[in-house]
Amino acid sequence: MRSIVAAISTLLLAGAVQATSPLPAERQAELLYLLKHDCGSCHGMRLEGGLGPALTAERLAPYGIDFLALTIVQGRPGTPMPPWRPFLTEQEARWLARQLKQGINQ
Amino acid sequence: MKLMRYLLTALLFYAGQVSADCLTRGTGDMGIIIERAAGRVQVVDRSTHQSLFRVEGFGDLSHASAVYSPDERYAYIFGRDGGLSRLDILCGEITHRIIQGGNSIGGAISQDGRLIAVSNYEPGGVKIFNASDLSLVANIESTPVNSEKRAKTVGLVDAPDQRFVFSLYDTGETWIVDMSNVEKPQVTRFKDIGKLPYDGLITRDGRYYIAGLFGQDGLAMLDLWHPEQGPRLILEDYGKGEQKLPVYKMPHLEGWAMAGNRAFLPGVGRHHVMVVERDSWSPVAKIPVHGQPVFVMARPDGRQVWVNFAFPDNDTIQVIDTETLKVVKTLKPGKGALHMEFAPRGNEVWISIRDKDQVQVYDTRSFELRHTLPADKPSGIFFTSRAHTTGL
Repeated sequence: MRSIVAAISTLLLAGAVQATSPLPAERQAELLYLLKHDCGSCHGMRLEGGLGPALTAERLAPYGIDFLALTIVQGRPGTPMPPWRPFLTEQEARWLARQLKQGINQ
Repeated sequence: MKLMRYLLTALLFYAGQVSADCLTRGTGDMGIIIERAAGRVQVVDRSTHQSLFRVEGFGDLSHASAVYSPDERYAYIFGRDGGLSRLDILCGEITHRIIQGGNSIGGAISQDGRLIAVSNYEPGGVKIFNASDLSLVANIESTPVNSEKRAKTVGLVDAPDQRFVFSLYDTGETWIVDMSNVEKPQVTRFKDIGKLPYDGLITRDGRYYIAGLFGQDGLAMLDLWHPEQGPRLILEDYGKGEQKLPVYKMPHLEGWAMAGNRAFLPGVGRHHVMVVERDSWSPVAKIPVHGQPVFVMARPDGRQVWVNFAFPDNDTIQVIDTETLKVVKTLKPGKGALHMEFAPRGNEVWISIRDKDQVQVYDTRSFELRHTLPADKPSGIFFTSRAHTTGL
């Protein structure tokens, strides 16, 4: 039973990260926690906006994955958005950008 | 695991039981803890370090704050989702609740306790409500930024003579609203105070309103005894020539530290606490600390200043001796040390530790951990003594 659950989880995870090599589930959980609680201090814990703009799928619809991932790692000079490069890789930023584009139910 | 679940259920059941009956006691040593992810508030006894009620139904409590009625019975809780709730802390129940805006950032209670003002990001402005039934009294719309948006309002505080003061993030303004005639709010607007004010504070005596600026060095200061002089920039040259670090969490100015004739302020994007001479507002020193300060709070007697830090250094608390201006203690209470609240006479400080799901109570003299209370992703802690302090 346990092995079947593990197999299904692996398949689901593989689906979520698609073509790139998958991030470990533990790291995914860490990134989502970071998003909710640390990004959330400006963008809102539910990502509906605060001093920073909302990060809902609807709000991010006009932007591509590349742009969003770059914004995460480099920040946006001239605004309070800081570069998060010290804390995550480009691959992880792309994974986060994809999650945001799909919409995260917080 | 089973036992844990049983205990949790029993606890919730117990809390539910109690909320049917109101407590008969004074409220002077009570307070609330915001459990932000659960949208729940704990009512606590400050003396016995006990939880009295767990109250649900507050919506999105990320970045929530609270003020108290003058009789210390009701807490007004401001949620991120625009929710404004009036909580009866003796009965553990919400007596009134409205959704007054789309996205809000805290509020204030008027000098006479009759009005509650809420600062909104969306739609930008400040709404003022009757404190007894939360009916709308006034709607002060902020300056339009474009055809769709108005400026976000930040740093809302109460001030003497039945006034509220706040700043406009996008347009760099500070406004004073005089509510002495509730039928006719008088708004005084100061433009060009500085770039991107992100928070504001009022000194305990209610004289000076100071807005922190994100878009430039310095702070904007308004003397409320002489508003006709307008705001002026203080500590303008302070950070010149220094490379600012990226800011992973905006500092808070509320509860900023005044110790004797000196003010202690968080350096924005810097690993130091600034010390400033009050009245002349000239810099005295900068104290190197562990990370970027978020809250810089004086123990009520002014002898110590406690500092917490932005991500990724938010597992640390440092204590500064205000006489020697040196860090005298470094604590590692756990990741996500978000908020500190002093007992009104300063013997204890309560600290929210988000990632440990607990609130820790420290003795401020020995720095010993006295007690730990379980709390689900705790953030703000607010004691009833705030009821009698201008700006809190």
